[in-house]
Amino acid sequence: MQRYSVFAVAREAMRQHTGWHRAWASRAPRKSYDVIIVGAGGHGLATAYYLGKNHGLTNVAVIEKGWLGGGNTGRNTTIIRSNYLQDPSAAIYEKARSLYETISQDLNYNVMFSPRGVMMLAQTEHEIRGYQRTAHANSLQGVQTEFISPQRVKELCPIIEIRGPRYPVLGALWQARGGTARHDAVAWGYARACSDMGMDIIQQCEVTGVRSENGQVTGVETTKGAIGCNKLGIVVAGHSGVLAEMAGFRLPIESVALQALVSEPIKPCMDVVVMANTVHGYMSQSDKGEMVIGGGADGYNNYTQRGSFLHIEETVRALVETFPIISRLKMLRQWGGIVDMTGDRSPIISPTPLGNCFINCGWGTGGFKAIPGSGWATAEMIARGTPGPLAAAFGLERFREGRFIDESVAAGVAH
Amino acid sequence: MLILHCPYCGVDADETELAPGGEAHLKRFGPGSSDAEFEAYLFQRENPKGVHFERWRHANGCGKWFHAARCTTTNEVFGTYSAQVTEPPRDIHDKITGKRPGWLSRWLS
Repeated sequence: MQRYSVFAVAREAMRQHTGWHRAWASRAPRKSYDVIIVGAGGHGLATAYYLGKNHGLTNVAVIEKGWLGGGNTGRNTTIIRSNYLQDPSAAIYEKARSLYETISQDLNYNVMFSPRGVMMLAQTEHEIRGYQRTAHANSLQGVQTEFISPQRVKELCPIIEIRGPRYPVLGALWQARGGTARHDAVAWGYARACSDMGMDIIQQCEVTGVRSENGQVTGVETTKGAIGCNKLGIVVAGHSGVLAEMAGFRLPIESVALQALVSEPIKPCMDVVVMANTVHGYMSQSDKGEMVIGGGADGYNNYTQRGSFLHIEETVRALVETFPIISRLKMLRQWGGIVDMTGDRSPIISPTPLGNCFINCGWGTGGFKAIPGSGWATAEMIARGTPGPLAAAFGLERFREGRFIDESVAAGVAH
Repeated sequence: MLILHCPYCGVDADETELAPGGEAHLKRFGPGSSDAEFEAYLFQRENPKGVHFERWRHANGCGKWFHAARCTTTNEVFGTYSAQVTEPPRDIHDKITGKRPGWLSRWLS
């Protein structure tokens, strides 16, 4: 692999940038692999990467029906945090957040991780109590968060109106080590590292069927022909239900559109991420100067990747009160991603009723922040055949056993 | 914007007037059922990419619940019908088959 460094940039600057190589190889599928991962988004690529790095499995293909990172990995608001209430969630999200700190060095690819701090506003008395509880839980879990006063909120983010008539800011849960990263770079960095280990990343190859014999998976049928495998990992977010149907089982998942938008670029005016869960809106400023705004999810199943006007209006209306400065900004772009919602708003990392077929899904509205930890845990499960400590609590059987990891109260809709 | 015809008050209602109620025609399991049946009733969903039957309430209108048949990829609405049925009526089936030839219904065998 061609290493990226300041010397490489200087060298290429001297010769008109003619010496750069392709970041990853584009290969035709082979007849069979040890492991096939369906879905080349962040989670799928991270799974493949840690299969190679932590478990020495490199005869791996990652199959993608569209283009690399073109699903939710390229459609989120890039927020990274780990201030969850329940122990299993805090463990996996904190693992992910801590991996993000060194991932650029690990992958030799700058993912522009920016630990600028994340604050979740408390705008009702109930939220104050909820976030104080989360702060206490986090200190027991070893996750650094604190509950801060409205004055501290104003110091950290001067553009917030803390005395709004409908939604005053009464405090906030502050995670100084949270932040954002460049979402596409996460997918690209993992893809480059996977390709370097000899894995095949096969884009524009849609899985149309799952092959099995005696209850064990034997391969997949795709638009580029049948491909055999010993183990199959399904990591397809919003389309998990479609793949599960091919594999012959049903999931406790419903797919809905979640949308986000960015404003026209303006000069730097906020250097933290702010989430307001009462009003279902969150905002940060990108390096380009755009205000990145995320909103609530649609209330009904759909695969449209655009979302409804209603929710944009709701989100923006509420945010304008908290951030009066944005009231005259123009919207530049709006888009939607299909998120896979589970009943308890926690993910599924689990073996499935089909032998040697594993699934990673259900990240709902908050998958981006979890990518490295999710890949780490899923790779461990696929390599060993059973979930390791990070994934153990996230099995499919929890819905039958009533053993939920209930984050719908802790996290609200905004993940 | 999604517009559904309320079969009770006859209004073509915008999405802003309506409250979604999730997958329709679930069979309810309660005490005495197996764990698998209860899990399926509570959590497992068809979540189809295509024709979907669902429950809606005309919340900011007449307040009544009703059913709708809608495509989840295009948001095309095939029709709405009474809440007092346990499976989609024949005419809705025919409409869907007219627009989506080859469509397989789990209620017709």
